[in-house]
Amino acid sequence: MVNGDQNRAGPKKKAARGRKKPAAAATGPVDMVQLLTPEGERVSHPEYDVDLSDQQYRDLYRDMVIVRRLDAEGTALQRQGQLGIWASLLGQEAAQIGSGRALAKQDMVFPTYREHGVLWTRDIDPIMPFGLFRGIDLGGWDSRKYRFQMYTIVIGAQSLHATGYAMGITKDGKVGGDDGEAVIAYFGDGASSQGDVNESFVWASVYNAPVVFFCQNNQYAISEPVIRQAKAPLYKRADGFGFPGVRVDGNDVLATLAVTTRAMDNARHGNGPTFIEAYTYRMGAHTTTDDPTRYRDSGEVEAWRAKDPVSRMRTFLERQSIADTDYFDGIDAEAQQHALDLRERVIALPDPEPGAIFDHVYSGGSPLVEREREEFQAYHASFEGSEH
Amino acid sequence: MSQTLRIGGAVGAGLRRAMEDDPKVILMGEDVGKLGGVFRVTDGLQKDFGEDRVIDTPLAESGILGTAIGLAIRGWRPVCEIQFNGFVYPAFDQIVCQLAKMHYRSQGTVPLPIVVRIPCGGGIGAVEHHSESPEAYFAHTAGLKVVSCSNSHDAYWMIQQAIASDDPVIFFEPLRRYQEKGEVDTSGDLSQAYPLFSTKVEREGDDATVVAWGSMVKVAHDAATAAAEEGRSLEVVNLRTLSPLDMEPVYASVRKTGRMVVVHEAPSNVGIGAEIAARVTQDCFYSLESPVLRVTGYDTPYPAARLEEEYLPDLDRVLDAVDRTFGY
Ligand SMILES: Cc1ncc(C[n+]2csc(CCOP(=O)(O)OP(=O)(O)O)c2C)c(N)n1
Repeated sequence: MVNGDQNRAGPKKKAARGRKKPAAAATGPVDMVQLLTPEGERVSHPEYDVDLSDQQYRDLYRDMVIVRRLDAEGTALQRQGQLGIWASLLGQEAAQIGSGRALAKQDMVFPTYREHGVLWTRDIDPIMPFGLFRGIDLGGWDSRKYRFQMYTIVIGAQSLHATGYAMGITKDGKVGGDDGEAVIAYFGDGASSQGDVNESFVWASVYNAPVVFFCQNNQYAISEPVIRQAKAPLYKRADGFGFPGVRVDGNDVLATLAVTTRAMDNARHGNGPTFIEAYTYRMGAHTTTDDPTRYRDSGEVEAWRAKDPVSRMRTFLERQSIADTDYFDGIDAEAQQHALDLRERVIALPDPEPGAIFDHVYSGGSPLVEREREEFQAYHASFEGSEH
Repeated sequence: MSQTLRIGGAVGAGLRRAMEDDPKVILMGEDVGKLGGVFRVTDGLQKDFGEDRVIDTPLAESGILGTAIGLAIRGWRPVCEIQFNGFVYPAFDQIVCQLAKMHYRSQGTVPLPIVVRIPCGGGIGAVEHHSESPEAYFAHTAGLKVVSCSNSHDAYWMIQQAIASDDPVIFFEPLRRYQEKGEVDTSGDLSQAYPLFSTKVEREGDDATVVAWGSMVKVAHDAATAAAEEGRSLEVVNLRTLSPLDMEPVYASVRKTGRMVVVHEAPSNVGIGAEIAARVTQDCFYSLESPVLRVTGYDTPYPAARLEEEYLPDLDRVLDAVDRTFGY
């Protein structure tokens, strides 16, 4: 596979000759942080670890099961005409839950359009982004209240916003201690090509901004494999910009949690940005309008299915006797309940009033918009009583 | 020879023929290769012309336009696809500051025969940035030519003519009409096709002129059909070229009808309708029975999908405006 080759190439090859193969971490690229193998085996890493209670392990599993179930409901609602489009996170649960649970309450998130799992970890009602996908609003929430910016569809734009927000934190003197604030910017492998993203690296580096760039390399930008964006592993780019880059197994919730926690702590303590490449796979279509069978084969998808983030965590919990079948069944039932509840509420979301077109264009209104609003209302009133 | 093609397919067939005719023509864009574009306009072209001529680019619009300019300086004829209207802006600097001005700055020695294809307009229930009509930004910039096709026949020929043009051409495609079918006469060659930078009267009428382009041409025709049932005869003018404007057919029409309504999806403020109204007022002042009226998108950001029907000009709004031209 293209991406595996990419990682084996380069100087590593020479050094590896005659050396012992790395132990259990050999399931992915050799330079990838992993704490839980696809087989559910807990492995160690020289630099990263997590120290979690049984309850915390179970919670991570629960998060992943619930966001996967809610995501499936998003897809179903689109199929049934309740949403215009849905961007599924299927396969990326560990990357999103692991990174999301690494955040502190005071941290700020700048998502793409796929971060429903991260949103869940912020204890935000999962219905919040559905207005956008249903076509009844353009986001419509106060990002400062939720510490979660609105979804951004223009690829890469939010990485600069995140960096500017982080610069503001520094200016406000809110870095330095454990209560310091930090920012996380999410984007995809495709976005790594955008000027905005590369410029945000420059800014973050030059101003030592407390921002973590979290790239979910899900191997595709719609139909284009990551080899169209990068010939060297993405995380290596950070080096040239002057801050650390690390690749983590994005299907390993423990490793993602460990790596993101460290990066956010570094940022909040004033040690500047980190680039995290979460190596994962988009198991579904790009969005509900996409047909991935046109550009990738099922063998590749199956190979990644064997690395599924949720089932490896389940195996781990079972083997360590941290959870049993009753527990798993209970979580499935709870996830189902969340999904049904979400479904009912999405279907009940009302269409906006037509006049809402004219609201909030400017903070104080504008003569032109107000004139158009009046004309619009008069025009529609002229149909009243007619069959129109 | 006549063929029935969808508008999207007609653009694709035109691209194919241009690539056959000129080995220097190359396509570049996001997902244009293996996938054939998100609207499948370039479907099959990479298979037939190879990855060297149908290029899946990195995800960076400024990069697409900037490298296209370099390729054109080197003698290639790039056709760039911007995936959706709202994603052209990262390339805006390359288009406005570089693409538009190279010919002028080089004293005419460095032409840039680049086509930028942009699916344009709303009406498909999409999320934000997928439904915009940014033509005025480009028409405002000297050095760029801007055209808009609205039916299969034009799509097939206009894309080939745009590629043959030595000036950069911003080529708008009405995305909500991609699936609509029409007859395409593929016989003859470019020299026999209706000229690219020419406006066309598509339906003759005496009482009022309706000017439109792109997706709104169909709305104008529908309005004319409905008006005819009420005994009013509308002339439908398909502008086709937005820069340069081809005003003579418009003037001739207004001199005949005395009334004009311009329809476009883009907001009205400083839009192309304003330019047309100003020119008609200046050149046809004594023929006008009423002010030139505009039916456009509102001067707000493009709204959420469930409001777009209210936002976009439709048959009723056009007829209402026509009625109002009779009220003066
Ligand atoms: C500036 C811009 N160009 C093009 C698009 C169309 N588009 C939407 S998603 C996408 C691919 C994004 O890939 P990636 O960054 O890897 O994120 P993923 O969707 O895989 O999570 C493209 C090209 C866009 N939204 N914005």
